[in-house]
Amino acid sequence: MNVYAYFVAGWLLLIGGFGIVRSRHMVHAVVSLAVAQSGTYVLLLAVGYQRHVPAPVFGSTEKPTTHVVDPVVQAMTLTDIVVSATVSALLLALAVQANKRHGTSDPDELAALEG
Amino acid sequence: MTVLVALSLTLVAIAGGAVVLTENPERQAVTYSLLGLALGVLFLVLQAPDVALSQVAVGAAVMPMMILLAVRTMRKDQRQRRDEEDS
Amino acid sequence: MSRRVRLVVFLVGAGAVAALFAVAFLAMPPFGRTQHLYRDLAVPAAVQHVTANVVSSVNFDQRGVDTFGEETILIASVAGAAALLRPAKEETERRPPDTGRTLEATRLVGYLMLPVTLIIGVDVVLHGHLTPGGGFQGGVVLATGLHLLYVAGSYPALDRLRPLEVFNILDGLGAAAFAAIGIAGLAFAGSFLTNIMGFGSFGQLLSAGTVPVLNVAVGLEVYAGIVAILAKFLRQDITVVSHGDAQEDSE
Repeated sequence: MNVYAYFVAGWLLLIGGFGIVRSRHMVHAVVSLAVAQSGTYVLLLAVGYQRHVPAPVFGSTEKPTTHVVDPVVQAMTLTDIVVSATVSALLLALAVQANKRHGTSDPDELAALEG
Repeated sequence: MTVLVALSLTLVAIAGGAVVLTENPERQAVTYSLLGLALGVLFLVLQAPDVALSQVAVGAAVMPMMILLAVRTMRKDQRQRRDEEDS
Repeated sequence: MSRRVRLVVFLVGAGAVAALFAVAFLAMPPFGRTQHLYRDLAVPAAVQHVTANVVSSVNFDQRGVDTFGEETILIASVAGAAALLRPAKEETERRPPDTGRTLEATRLVGYLMLPVTLIIGVDVVLHGHLTPGGGFQGGVVLATGLHLLYVAGSYPALDRLRPLEVFNILDGLGAAAFAAIGIAGLAFAGSFLTNIMGFGSFGQLLSAGTVPVLNVAVGLEVYAGIVAILAKFLRQDITVVSHGDAQEDSE
């Protein structure tokens, strides 16, 4: 099973999309979006993994060597996680403001009110 | 593939499904922090300690707090709007 | 488009995407392979710049411009959330209620762990170029540490410790410091965000040139940004009421 990790990443992406489509509350949609984003993190790290080698951090006991896991994909993923938290904050603020203006937290009812 | 990696991947897949299938957004905050913990364990097993630290800090503390605050604010605003319409 | 139609359209699309995934994943290199071309270039470059944590070196030294872009996304999201959560004209801010009912154990753990978490956060930021950590992780740990005051039940203390104007200024200051170091690299070495400071010796606190300084700038910015966002959410939830009626939340 060499491709199990990739399929888990694809599953997370699709189930996140399913949650967004079927959501009845705007906050539920934002959290489902976060689940879909975590699928991309799993895919990135799975691409960079090598079996039986340590993490790319050197110290007094680990001498510098190229037999480590790929550090480039890890660098991409860790900034992505923090930035996506603040973008989710922006989406939640949008949901709060929409609820205040229209009095409902159901995205289906929001579309009906626009007319 | 080692058993640990396969187990962590399965745990993440199950947790992701659980988060999406939870309808109540307040309960989703708790399930989301469990998904964050499972992802942290997976990232650690995949030899990525920086990413695991980032994920646990964000997914277990910041995101659930924002989710719960947003849900509470929305419920409070709906209740105030209902009280104004009744009076 | 009704819910049922939307679900059917999504299922058709998801089926097509899943088929594409299957074709793509079966043709990808196997999971856990030994050939990683970027790693073979990134690790020697990091060792050459005397950085023990290769991921920090990639983030702040080899790929610094991308981190600068992500930091700009962060500060833009903070500004957007702050603008969206501003109290409207018909809303007023009431005095926050006094300390609520919290368990004694929660209060004790909150007060005890507050200085510990703040020190751990500063440690994670400062040692980002030596051990796993860095500006992003340490900034989040600092922000959540500060909100242990809220968990321990005293929102007024948190409000006094966290003047919103100061944190907005700190946020901008962190981003400006990052840009200033980049411009200094441009001025002294000819290209933006070059590593211009002395490298030091492997494994010491003062090594890796500009990487620890950039870590501190990013840590400050992430800390101030997340505290600002959470402050806006808390203020909306706890103090803002419309038309001045003060109803207590029973939750």
